[in-house]
Amino acid sequence: MAELLPALRTPRGVVTALLLLLLAVLPLLTQAFDQRYLLSVGTRIVIWSIAAASLNMILGYGGLVSFGHAAFLGIGGYAVGILSAEGFASGWLQWPVAIAVAVAWGTLIGALSLRTRGVYFIMITLAFAQLVYYLSSGLAAYGGDDGLNISRSRFPGLIDLRDKASFYWLCFVLLCATLWFCSRLVHSRFGYVLRGAKSNELRMTALGFPVFRYRLVAFALAGGFGALAGILLANDGAYVSPAMMSWVKSGDLIVIVVLGGIGALFGPLYGAIAFFAVEEFLPPLLNLMHRGWGEYWQIVFGPLLVIIALYARGGLDSLLGRRHG
Amino acid sequence: MMDYLLIQVLNGVQLGLLMFLLAAGLTLTFGIMDLVNLAHGSLYMMGAYFAWTLIGWTHSFALGALLALPACFLLGVVVEVVVARRLYARDHLDQVLATFGLILFFNELVRAIWGPEGRSISVPAFLNHTVTLLPGVIYPAYRFALIVVGSVVAILLAWLVARTRLGMLIRAGASNRRMIAALGVNIELLFSLVFGLGAVFAGLAGLMAAPIASVKIGMGDDILIVAFVIIVIGGIGSIKGAFVAAMVVGQIDIVGRAFLPDFLKTFMGAASASAAAPAISQVLIYVVMAAVLVWRPTGLFGQRT
Repeated sequence: MAELLPALRTPRGVVTALLLLLLAVLPLLTQAFDQRYLLSVGTRIVIWSIAAASLNMILGYGGLVSFGHAAFLGIGGYAVGILSAEGFASGWLQWPVAIAVAVAWGTLIGALSLRTRGVYFIMITLAFAQLVYYLSSGLAAYGGDDGLNISRSRFPGLIDLRDKASFYWLCFVLLCATLWFCSRLVHSRFGYVLRGAKSNELRMTALGFPVFRYRLVAFALAGGFGALAGILLANDGAYVSPAMMSWVKSGDLIVIVVLGGIGALFGPLYGAIAFFAVEEFLPPLLNLMHRGWGEYWQIVFGPLLVIIALYARGGLDSLLGRRHG
Repeated sequence: MMDYLLIQVLNGVQLGLLMFLLAAGLTLTFGIMDLVNLAHGSLYMMGAYFAWTLIGWTHSFALGALLALPACFLLGVVVEVVVARRLYARDHLDQVLATFGLILFFNELVRAIWGPEGRSISVPAFLNHTVTLLPGVIYPAYRFALIVVGSVVAILLAWLVARTRLGMLIRAGASNRRMIAALGVNIELLFSLVFGLGAVFAGLAGLMAAPIASVKIGMGDDILIVAFVIIVIGGIGSIKGAFVAAMVVGQIDIVGRAFLPDFLKTFMGAASASAAAPAISQVLIYVVMAAVLVWRPTGLFGQRT
């Protein structure tokens, strides 16, 4: 705890602490002001923060531009969906299986993808994600293209996921756990090797580190956390469909990570908040300027991304001052 | 049975040629400018929409299609000058992000201008019949025309890259960009030209595909990923590689659609077989790509590093 206090005195510390506090009490606020819709937006923000944080592990710390991360969300979601359709309703079974499948898939495609570099890596991760996407849309027994309505995971006597507020708090706790894990990871020997390989792979190899293996572990881990986000998404809407792993979702995840700040611990959270804020507030804002414009908000959002890519690499995190470590 | 097989092979060639047109521009921008251009599929889509509008104005398929090509060229040059040019020196992540933004922009722009519902371009009257290629082998004239036009353009492109001064500069640019700039070549102009050329090929593919598919928002996005797969299989920057890979992918796709359902029916229900077959043929394409990359991490004809 002692080392947390100086961190709290920086602008970044204050903003982050306030944000986490706000998120922690969000269900109470939305209940007090009778804004149920805001709670569902909040839930999505928290879940996508977990997804973005998992991508940040490889994209941010490892410098590996994976363009197929949504596939892990889909694997997590579909594992829950298929198990529940087959009558295995217990979350104690569904969740570990979902994560294990995603880690196994991450290890397999990581072992193949990490042999390639640069553009080839971007494209092969995208291709594997498309592969999973088409496989899921070919699952006629589980809804095919139309997706699958599922019943939420059961944790008897512990938590009822149908209750919106409890579900939100569960997501929030899991987000905190994910971010805590990330912070431990970055500052571990493993994290240093990963970041070292990002800045100079040749040097790390020359120092004797098996860079490939470190990256593979990071890739599989990121897949596991991605699946966690997918499990939560499936339980949020009680529904899974191939659309949750379309390549546009993988693009959205990259956008969230970059928007928040690549390789920043809380970047995914800032990014997700900004992403959903734009999605929720840009259309009404445009409608204020001219009726009917709001429908076409992506005409503004698209160029905004171009501008961010060109001129605002540090993301929102860089607004909070220089980063340490 | 042989006739059916031949027709399916022709369909594969036709699809492969369309994919090659799309992939050619992509592999050039990749190879020469080192740009991951996700928005290339948007140019494919814009080609089809331009053609739809121009055909409506001119009441002629041929004229409308011909006029759409310079429009695509202009659009390509504008995209290059306004956005793409600023991305060449950036890392791949910036390029992915910015061109992803361009996709959102173009998809929404099309929705605002042409409306959310799809459009259709009908097969022109002068090609709306069938041709007899061999005794007993009857093939739609429009698809045959696609094969002819696609082959001509492919040969033209091969000639352009291998035999002309522009092609020489393109090849030199692909192997060492800074060197040819130092030798006094106006590299900015060259890049704009290549980008515009890529846009023309993409637009041509889009408008030629329009009568057999449909003109709709996002039509370029899924096919773009297949085009990426093609250039990755072929090796980035290699026109020859793109051609070979496009042909292979075209055949896999068609064979999957034409023969897999019957094959699958031998051990599963007819309904699930016809649902699973297109998915499996798509999956096959990615499996082939993964296999090639495991075997050769820079593609079939890519430069070894």
